[in-house]
Amino acid sequence: MDTKKTKLVVIGNGMAGIRTLEELLKLAPDMYDITVFGAEPHGNYNRILLSPVLAGEMTIKDIMLNDVDWYTQNGITLHLNKTVTRIDRARRKVVAADGAEADYDRLLLATGSNPFMLPVPGKDLPGVIAYRDIKDTDEMIEAASRYRHAVVIGGGLLGLEAANGLKLRGMDVTVVHLMPWLMERQLDRAAADLLQKSLEAKGLKFLLEKQTEQIIGASVLPPHRTHPHPSLPPEGEGTITPPLSRGRLGGGWVDSLPPEREGARSRRVTSIRFKDGTEIPADLVVMAVGIRPNTGLAEAAGLHCNRGVVVNDTMQTYDPRIYAVGECVSHRGIAYGLVAPLFEQARVCANHLAQLGISRYTGSFTSTKLKVTGIDLFSAGNFIGGEGTEEIVLSDPSGGVYKKLVVKDDKIIGSVLYGDTADGSWYFQLLRDGQNIRELRGRLLSGQSHLGNSGHQGQNNAASMPDEMEVCGCNGVCKGTIVKAIKEKGLFTLNDVRKHTKASSSCGSCTGLVEQILASTIGGAYLPADDTRKPLCGCTDYTHEEIRKAIIERKLKSIPEAMGFFEWRNVNGCASCRPALNYYLLCAWPHDYRDDPQSRFINERAHANIQKDGTYSVVPRIYGGVTTPAQLKRIAEVAEKYAVPTVKITGGQRVDLLGVKKEDLPKVWADLDMPSGFAYGKSIRTVKTCVGSEWCRFGVQDSTSLGIALEKALDRMWAPHKVKLAVSGCPRNCAEATIKDVGIVGVDSGWEIYVAGNGGIKAEVSLFLVKVKSAEEVMEYSCAFIQLYREEARYLDRTVHWVQRVGMDYVKKRIVADAAGREALHERLKDALRNEKDPWQERVRGVAAREFAPIRFQS
Amino acid sequence: MSEWIRVCPLEEIPRLGSRVVQTGKGDIAVFRSGSDEVFALRDQCPHKGGPLSQGIVFDRKVTCPLHGWTVQLDSGEAVAPDCGCTHRYRARVDKGEVYLSIS
Ligand code: SRM
Ligand SMILES: Cc1cc2nc3c(=O)[nH]c(=O)nc-3n(C[C@H](O)[C@H](O)[C@H](O)COP(=O)(O)OP(=O)(O)OC[C@H]3O[C@@H](n4cnc5c(N)ncnc54)[C@H](O)[C@@H]3O)c2cc1C
Ligand code: SF4
Ligand code: FES
Repeated sequence: MDTKKTKLVVIGNGMAGIRTLEELLKLAPDMYDITVFGAEPHGNYNRILLSPVLAGEMTIKDIMLNDVDWYTQNGITLHLNKTVTRIDRARRKVVAADGAEADYDRLLLATGSNPFMLPVPGKDLPGVIAYRDIKDTDEMIEAASRYRHAVVIGGGLLGLEAANGLKLRGMDVTVVHLMPWLMERQLDRAAADLLQKSLEAKGLKFLLEKQTEQIIGASVLPPHRTHPHPSLPPEGEGTITPPLSRGRLGGGWVDSLPPEREGARSRRVTSIRFKDGTEIPADLVVMAVGIRPNTGLAEAAGLHCNRGVVVNDTMQTYDPRIYAVGECVSHRGIAYGLVAPLFEQARVCANHLAQLGISRYTGSFTSTKLKVTGIDLFSAGNFIGGEGTEEIVLSDPSGGVYKKLVVKDDKIIGSVLYGDTADGSWYFQLLRDGQNIRELRGRLLSGQSHLGNSGHQGQNNAASMPDEMEVCGCNGVCKGTIVKAIKEKGLFTLNDVRKHTKASSSCGSCTGLVEQILASTIGGAYLPADDTRKPLCGCTDYTHEEIRKAIIERKLKSIPEAMGFFEWRNVNGCASCRPALNYYLLCAWPHDYRDDPQSRFINERAHANIQKDGTYSVVPRIYGGVTTPAQLKRIAEVAEKYAVPTVKITGGQRVDLLGVKKEDLPKVWADLDMPSGFAYGKSIRTVKTCVGSEWCRFGVQDSTSLGIALEKALDRMWAPHKVKLAVSGCPRNCAEATIKDVGIVGVDSGWEIYVAGNGGIKAEVSLFLVKVKSAEEVMEYSCAFIQLYREEARYLDRTVHWVQRVGMDYVKKRIVADAAGREALHERLKDALRNEKDPWQERVRGVAAREFAPIRFQS
Repeated sequence: MSEWIRVCPLEEIPRLGSRVVQTGKGDIAVFRSGSDEVFALRDQCPHKGGPLSQGIVFDRKVTCPLHGWTVQLDSGEAVAPDCGCTHRYRARVDKGEVYLSIS
């Protein structure tokens, strides 16, 4: 091995430490000579899936994230089964219990946490265990096959998952909890009561407000199978188990053992006694009462610890050579106990280990899910409320549904959902983004996913879907396939699932369902992508907003300049960032920037829509849907001349010629001699109109003329995504204006302007912006709104996505309240469009000719 | 053993772009990378036959325009987790001219 490489030693072969290495290897594969110490005898496994292993739904083999080969392949020295007992900071080396040593230049502490054991008499008895690792899980599985009575102390997430698993393995399980209701740190009483009821229906027993006083053991027979497993006979509460009839302890049943078994006695837990004097039998006691950051090693090495190894925003401890991530860490006073934040820490830590130095960990919001099949529960934030908070509640106990949102100053600060968690990630997003929900209030509880999602049979609730039901209608992916991939491939994020299963990777309408499946499969480990800090793509850590800002402030005027400035990871970027950068530059510098055709998706490069067979479609612009006999004749002649296989009236009030060969496109355009319809672009599409007051007996405004004027004003406009408008001449709204990016509805006294609607994947009804009197005002407000969208939305946001993020209040402030700002926006839009040429006219003259010309030769 | 056929001057293929060469054996996409390397693939995506020539090119990769698979230009292999391969032809540049071997 190259001895000159910097040496990195990792202590702790668990989820956070190894995720940091994975991230590091992506960024700087050759930088370090890496050594890992792990106290467990296994490769890196997915600890959170110990629950399904216990429940018998998976095996240890299924939950390995990185087997031993992975370490070899990446040149990592792995010391399994070796506990590091000393860090020598002066000599920069670590020493393990068996004397093994390793020198370091950088050290990464990822020692996780230790389960807390109640300090009661009997806690060290055989049969009293925690639930943390493979060893514990094996012991529980083993116990389940031999014993009857399990007592789980602690009615939190971990305790309930343990109890559920032991029950499924045929044990008689009692959960003992100190507090008056279950999961009190995640649930309010109403939700907890529903949860308890469902778990009781699964056969679990609960003893609430019980304090353990003592765990009692006695010499018992060595374990032997006492019951056929797992189909045990049902049994009433408190029944004493055959075949060994154990009366009160201290009683004499042990002494009355048949003499031939005498020699085989060993001590083991037999019962548990509470403060109130009651006692129940227990052959297995699982303590799940909390965890403590594992800081012993760090403290002994003199590192500053305070309920966790204290780190700064770059995951560095007080010794700059030593980093720490995971449950052992205290960051800004918080030690996290869920995977999602630890993975964020891992990403930041890797960035600094790779010496890129551009990312910071600023803390995480976490949310909770219980991984018990059939139970749907979600909680996040402050769900109890307090001074100055209000609650929005839906409670349907007999339907088993409870939803509560805690709101303060028009923002969601916490939520608890039980029974129907379809909108958990939506609320979580609103919470984390601190979004103002005043506009959404009325429909918050009915939920986001209930409105107009298409493509998956109207399903909103993943939990109730059978495995074989299709989730993704574009790629034909069933629920079972997704669950299997998440478990077997160790997937944690929506993007992982998209990559591996294709689900949600096309139109995205099933994203909500996929998120639910992900959340219920991996529990709180799932953290919906942080929308406010979304990097542009995998080539950079900078956000859309940061990049747009720098383009203007730093006067970056080409894609290579922008990529250079932000130190793009891949020289040519990728198919996601290049089109985005191209648009951002175009929008920032409408006259100076030279469009880069190679960074355009083919439709925008060829100015036609590619079809599944590689041919193209041609959609000439027909302003406002109003045409003439001459125009129609011309279209018909072209269709005949080029033997166009399909001529179709589109849903956008114009004509589509489908199946044109690419090399014929310039000729077709020349013959049509009509403007491009931009049916292919992230650009202005159509302005739909109705007949309006010119003909219609109900019409109160001339919607047709206004629609045509708008379409002309916006002609040739590029945008973050497609932009569609419609104008209706009266509230009957025949042009469907209320599902458009900008929709205008004529009323007797003027025009109403609606924004941020769309049909499509997820139908969104537009929101009222303002009412105005004249067509000129409609023009100004609409154009200003569109320009604001062009300047501030992220590439591939439609208006609704952007408005949902910034809030309608903001939009109104910029467009309605600020007259000078509105005018300026309108002017900027006009300026941006003043030089745009019709792409077809240019191409007919020979621009970009080689794009359309194949090279031919025979062989 | 192989026969090199002259295709066109390198300039005729846009950088980070491609040209379609129509041959008796079907369309071949000839790509030019950012560093002026050339690659040739059968113009059919391993997924559902989409025309790779029309995709966005970066590094030694192209993203298919139909459903976004990414295909490795130097091997014709789809980038993981997608799985599939399209036929690769040999291509080279000599004195500013692009040559292709389709035997
Ligand atoms: C031709 C047309 C269907 C038709 O035969 O009527 C059509 C065809 C396509 N639509 Fe559409 N859409 C057509 C009207 C619509 C409408 C209705 C409308 O505009 O009033 C909608 C719903 C309204 C909306 O967009 O809000 C619609 C929602 C979509 C979507 C989903 C958009 C969304 O934000 O959810 C896509 C996918 C996308 O753009 O990413 C899409 C994408 C497509 C593409 C461009 C797929 C593609 O990328 O190749 C189809 C191109 C076929 C072609 O080559 O012509 N099409 N599409 C319609 C063209 C209208 C026009 O004259 O330009
Ligand atoms: C049963 C169960 C279910 C869970 N379910 C969820 C869930 O649904 N969602 C969720 O987000 N989180 C869940 N968690 C929590 C999650 O697993 C932890 O947050 C995560 O594993 C912590 O990662 P870590 O790397 O900090 O610690 P660990 O994964 O515990 O790794 C630390 C490793 O360091 C080793 N180690 C410690 N000291 C030394 C030493 N001195 N020398 C060498 N090695 C050492 C330990 O043996 C251990 O292998 C669950 C946990 C359990 C036990
Ligand atoms: S035209 Fe629109 S709805 Fe129809 S198949 Fe294509 S994308 Fe889907
Ligand atoms: S045909 Fe290429 S991705 Fe589908």
